[in-house]
Amino acid sequence: MITDRSPFARAGQYLALLCYLVFLAFPLLWLVSTAFKSPQELGSVDAEWLPRHPSLDSFAAAFEQQPLVRSALNSLVVASCAAALSVAVAVPAAYVMVRYRSVVGRAATGWILVSQMFPFVLVIIPLFLVLKSFHLVNSLSGLILVYVVWNLPFALWMLQGYVRAVPASLEEAAAIDGCGRLRTLRSVVLPLLTPGVVATVMFSFVTAWNEFFFALVLLKSPEKQTMSVILTHFIGAEGAADLGPLAAAALMATLPSLLFFALLQRRLVSGVLSGAVKG
Amino acid sequence: MSVTAPGTPPGTAPSAASAGKPPPRSVREHRRALGLDRDAWFLLLPALLPILLLSAGPLLYGLSLAFTDAQSGRTEVTEFTGLANFADLRLDSLFWDSFTIGLVWAVSVTVLQFALALGLAVLLNQNLRFRWLARTLALVPWAMPEVVVGVMWRLVYNQDAGILNATLRDLHLISENVDWLAGVSLALPAVIVVGVWAGMPQTTVVLLAGLQNVPLELHEAAALDGAGRWRRFAAVTWPALKPVVLAITALNFIWNFNSFGLVYVLTGGGPGGATRLPMLFAYEEAFRYGQFGYAAAMGLVMVAVIAVLLTVFLRNRLKEEDR
Repeated sequence: MITDRSPFARAGQYLALLCYLVFLAFPLLWLVSTAFKSPQELGSVDAEWLPRHPSLDSFAAAFEQQPLVRSALNSLVVASCAAALSVAVAVPAAYVMVRYRSVVGRAATGWILVSQMFPFVLVIIPLFLVLKSFHLVNSLSGLILVYVVWNLPFALWMLQGYVRAVPASLEEAAAIDGCGRLRTLRSVVLPLLTPGVVATVMFSFVTAWNEFFFALVLLKSPEKQTMSVILTHFIGAEGAADLGPLAAAALMATLPSLLFFALLQRRLVSGVLSGAVKG
Repeated sequence: MSVTAPGTPPGTAPSAASAGKPPPRSVREHRRALGLDRDAWFLLLPALLPILLLSAGPLLYGLSLAFTDAQSGRTEVTEFTGLANFADLRLDSLFWDSFTIGLVWAVSVTVLQFALALGLAVLLNQNLRFRWLARTLALVPWAMPEVVVGVMWRLVYNQDAGILNATLRDLHLISENVDWLAGVSLALPAVIVVGVWAGMPQTTVVLLAGLQNVPLELHEAAALDGAGRWRRFAAVTWPALKPVVLAITALNFIWNFNSFGLVYVLTGGGPGGATRLPMLFAYEEAFRYGQFGYAAAMGLVMVAVIAVLLTVFLRNRLKEEDR
């Protein structure tokens, strides 16, 4: 290590780190604090950092004002189905893209990059028309289909990294023992991919749980809407909002994603994004 | 390899499939199409079909809609109108205002995101105490739904009950409450701050990964040769980091230009269109006024501009590299 730091430089670094911590943390603290304030405190003129008398009134009010349970269930169904389906089709495809040198694989890789560039509006209008002709607008199955396709680029990209980490020699050994491709994939590659599959499923789940635009366009009736769409109903037409319930509902909508991200953290930081998967 | 595994779809040709035979060795026996044998196609199709049907297909359909007068809920047949939509767009000053706002937003968010994320990544790469705390906090915005980020900052910016005004008043920086999201000149900067906050973590993580791939030995060698901190950054770190930087700034720019949810929740495009990003404009055109064809034309213009800007950006950078 190079440790030729003057104490001044150290102090400067800590000061900078402190600034970052404040910038990153203060909106989060404020959200939590607002959610736990009592209605009286929310109404007072002087905003204070911490609730004097922490209360759950805002949470109760949030459940009363909007169909939160229903929308949470919708989000759960949509996100789990989308995550499971997209990973189920992405695993074999990622395997082929890594192990075969083929035009199709390269075209798919190109597509993954290009599809990132198009504004959603160019995709959503035709998708809306197509889904409408199959009566899949305003239905959870339609949204699941959209999310599967929307998750695929990232799932394919992430899984390819994991497939590459599986030693080809293992597969050759299996082939010598008489396994076909499919058998090799099922009994040799798949077990080794489990950590990667789990990570990809969680990531796809979070992506689908958090998604807003497609859900906003495709789901019209309140009993079908997902949590991120329902949240916007707390904000009135004139932008006036009941702050306590809004904060409480927002906090609840974040918890599943935060939980999964906490589990994923290490993988995201060390493995996937550096392109070097440690198996 | 031959097709002897269970799970092969029925009805596939039995050419080399019978058990006991040696696996096919000649190219002809593999029966490949586009470099893939039958197993590979079988594995690839479940992903390829949805991509073709629900992503590539709709996209082409969407591109073609830009040249029609398609509207929602109309019973008449949609007609091909050539470049009429683009001729209208050229004269639509509201769209160009929105387009300018979109560019200002995308460029400032991308640049600030990058500068702040690089700073944080360099700090996190040092051996500092509380690094774990910053690392964890830096990931939280990434996990949050954009709607929640928008809601959260609405609470922060709130005129009467927001913490920002309360803090600034305590510090005697302002004398009366500012309505951050409703002032014509303040709304866009306020929204840009939120964009930076929301997008910084991803950039930080990517840059941190890039920094950790910089070989330490090179740093030590440069230090032994008497290179100062800046010199080492310029000569060792930057060249190694550059490809990562190019990739993430290009992607960030695209994502930011196409962003929607954050601003939709924060201001809905107001006040008076001051924060109406092109995506919000196109959304309203398509799903509030039902002008599908016109909105698709807007989308097409957006793609074209992004493509041109990115080509110029990437080509300049790559040229620098050649020198």
